[in-house]
Amino acid sequence: MVMEIVCPAGTPAAFRAAVKAGAHTIYCGFADETNARNFPGLNFDRVEMRDSVAFAHQHGAKVLVAINTFPRAGDEAIWHRAVADAESCGADAVILADAGLLDYAARDHPNLRRHLSVQAAAANADMVNFYAETFGVKRVVLPRVLSVPEIAAINAETEVETEVFVFGGLCVMAEGRCSLSSYATGRSPNMNGVCSPASHVEYHDHNGVLDAQLGGYTIHRAQKGDAAPYPTLCKGCFTAGEKTDHLFEDPVSLNAEQLIPQLQKAGVTALKIEGRQRSRSYVTQVVRNFREAVDALEDGRPLPQGMLARLSEGQAMTTGAYKKTWR
Amino acid sequence: MSQTTVSVPRCPPLLAVPLRAVPLALLSASLTAFSRRIATSHPGLFRRLGDYANTPFVIDPTDLPLVILLHPGNGKPTITLTRRPVGGAARIAGPLAALLGLVHGGFDGDALFFSRDLVIEGDTSASLALRNAIDDAELDLSEELLNLTGPLAAPVHRVLSLLERRTGLYLTRPEEPAW
Amino acid sequence: MQLTVAPIPFFWSKDTWSTFYEEIAETSVDRVVLGELVCSKRLPFFQDQIPGAIERLIAAGKDVALTSLALITLKRERKLTADLVEMGLEVEVNDLSVLPYLPKSTKFSVGPLVNVYNEGTLRWLASLGATRICLPPELPLASVEILAKEAASLDVTIEVWGHGRLPLAISGRCYHARLHGRTKDNCQFACEDDPDGLDVATLDGQPFLTMNGVQTLSDSYATTVHQIGQLRDAGVTALRLSPQSHGFANLCHQYRALVEGQCSGEAVLEAITGQTPEVRFSDGFLTGDRGVAMSTPAIAART
Repeated sequence: MVMEIVCPAGTPAAFRAAVKAGAHTIYCGFADETNARNFPGLNFDRVEMRDSVAFAHQHGAKVLVAINTFPRAGDEAIWHRAVADAESCGADAVILADAGLLDYAARDHPNLRRHLSVQAAAANADMVNFYAETFGVKRVVLPRVLSVPEIAAINAETEVETEVFVFGGLCVMAEGRCSLSSYATGRSPNMNGVCSPASHVEYHDHNGVLDAQLGGYTIHRAQKGDAAPYPTLCKGCFTAGEKTDHLFEDPVSLNAEQLIPQLQKAGVTALKIEGRQRSRSYVTQVVRNFREAVDALEDGRPLPQGMLARLSEGQAMTTGAYKKTWR
Repeated sequence: MSQTTVSVPRCPPLLAVPLRAVPLALLSASLTAFSRRIATSHPGLFRRLGDYANTPFVIDPTDLPLVILLHPGNGKPTITLTRRPVGGAARIAGPLAALLGLVHGGFDGDALFFSRDLVIEGDTSASLALRNAIDDAELDLSEELLNLTGPLAAPVHRVLSLLERRTGLYLTRPEEPAW
Repeated sequence: MQLTVAPIPFFWSKDTWSTFYEEIAETSVDRVVLGELVCSKRLPFFQDQIPGAIERLIAAGKDVALTSLALITLKRERKLTADLVEMGLEVEVNDLSVLPYLPKSTKFSVGPLVNVYNEGTLRWLASLGATRICLPPELPLASVEILAKEAASLDVTIEVWGHGRLPLAISGRCYHARLHGRTKDNCQFACEDDPDGLDVATLDGQPFLTMNGVQTLSDSYATTVHQIGQLRDAGVTALRLSPQSHGFANLCHQYRALVEGQCSGEAVLEAITGQTPEVRFSDGFLTGDRGVAMSTPAIAART
């Protein structure tokens, strides 16, 4: 069976672009703190969601609604409503991270298919099976800390579908278990759906040398003519001991395009593209590229060579944890 | 790791030079009228700006001898052109081609930023909101312009497409983005 | 208010490790959670010391629990987790993957690295047998208040991060190994030279984070000295103190005096500063606009 391409959409326009470019599945979120890309100018109100789901279904594509932040104590109703509205908008599944929310969805919306978000960081087969048995989760998005053989090992021990990231921004920390951002800015992926938020970013140009600050901390300095990454904390430049460098991760993005055949052999069902905050131009290019790759694989043709470097952060790519030496 | 670069075309001096002489007040007034027309046909654009629907933006085409001050005005935008540096909550600077490519969805904003073809200063959040709102609006400035000109549509269209071919600028919404 | 000693997050030699728990046995803390939290490769170095330490602590009247690893991925780590559960001591779950190993109706506690952000998750964990939860340090006081109230109705004890460098992130990648140009599998225990972690500064030389193998901590030492009253009013009944290499027994003593109402928060910070002058404090996750913030600016400014 052809591997499923799961594509991001931050706006209805990007959503339509993804469908037209050949995405099998689109994931998106409501325009509030219930999803992990709660960025200014992004996401879908209820009407846009219903219309977009209808558009996707007309074109034979599926829609997953990400409700993958951790509900705030006292305000769980906002997240519950998001799950209920995703169902009434016709979503094919919801992507959830919080155990309490999964419990709610399993009890109150049993017919709505549930996927486990990468934010839940289910990193071994025990956990994957536990979520399936406890909350009826049908698919797990695996955290980006695993190598290809480890993914294969998980698939050998579970019936649950697995989805892995193949392109885009890369978390180096176990997702959903990082509060670097709120330590520096007060806003975090888990609670607010933002990491290293733009509201706390400042750029300062000193004669062509571009300093990037997050929450007042200077974490990147690009010399004249060098690429300028967004100041995401874990990809910042820091000093420890004698060394000043990107101590956690280089400002690179993931591209596992050439690993698709191995991921298929490892039993992976779906390939996920990161980037709900990116433009429809990005979406079109990346989706088309990956759709071609999986179609080629299905037909036994060689994979097309990638053309996606320019879309990447710092214009540099990595295969991340999929190769064990990354660790 | 791999690296590539794609160059963004610069606005030819032939187009830039005459702008030094044009009366900016007149041009500002027509651009304001033009932007209000867009506001009427794309109300979602201002809704998407959310908290920033009243934030002044400075848009600086670095290869032109002028700066654009955009006041979204909660859906009643005003555009002011000036030759002097002006203040705004957020400033987006880059070659005209990059800015037009952004508007028309030909270029990806993050990619332009990573390559430093685009420079953002001030309220980064506001700039992101504007970028995302514009990307969703699927604008086509030439089409809007043609709608505006009525009987003159055909000759204007010919001029625009000639310009687009000659300069490499995105003056219309492309069927296919650049990357 | 009870005092709990958190597991040692850092890689200490086995002698230092044992001496530490000998000292802890002499303090007035109520509860000790021990074992390896951060990296499974460290465990063989002090594994043999664990039974002795447990015995000593129990003899001294402490409540003792064993922590799970914070991130369980490898087969070896899953085996370790199964062994941990079989030891019969209370387990502190710091990765949800422990849950499938716990026999039905086993009581357990939940550590600060499990995401308990709301009442639904708290109720779900209580329904599985959780009797004590140390909330994630990221939570603001408003959330702590709501969760403590919910917990009281379920007979679950609520603990908060009381003092120590904040555990901010856990990864599959070892940053100490990366810093030394090695892979995780061939790390040569690069983290053993940093008993309180390795300082990470920004490009302007500002202290910011602390590197600890696969874990990233804050540079600042979170403290709840100024929020004791609010936490007590909220129904929080335990404070967690995270081990540091110098003056920890005295720190426990200071916090005991504080929760007994025998001294002020300022006095505790003064005393800590007296023995470890380089320490910077924060309490922003509970009451500030960001984690690194400190509610008494005079003390923050000194840093």
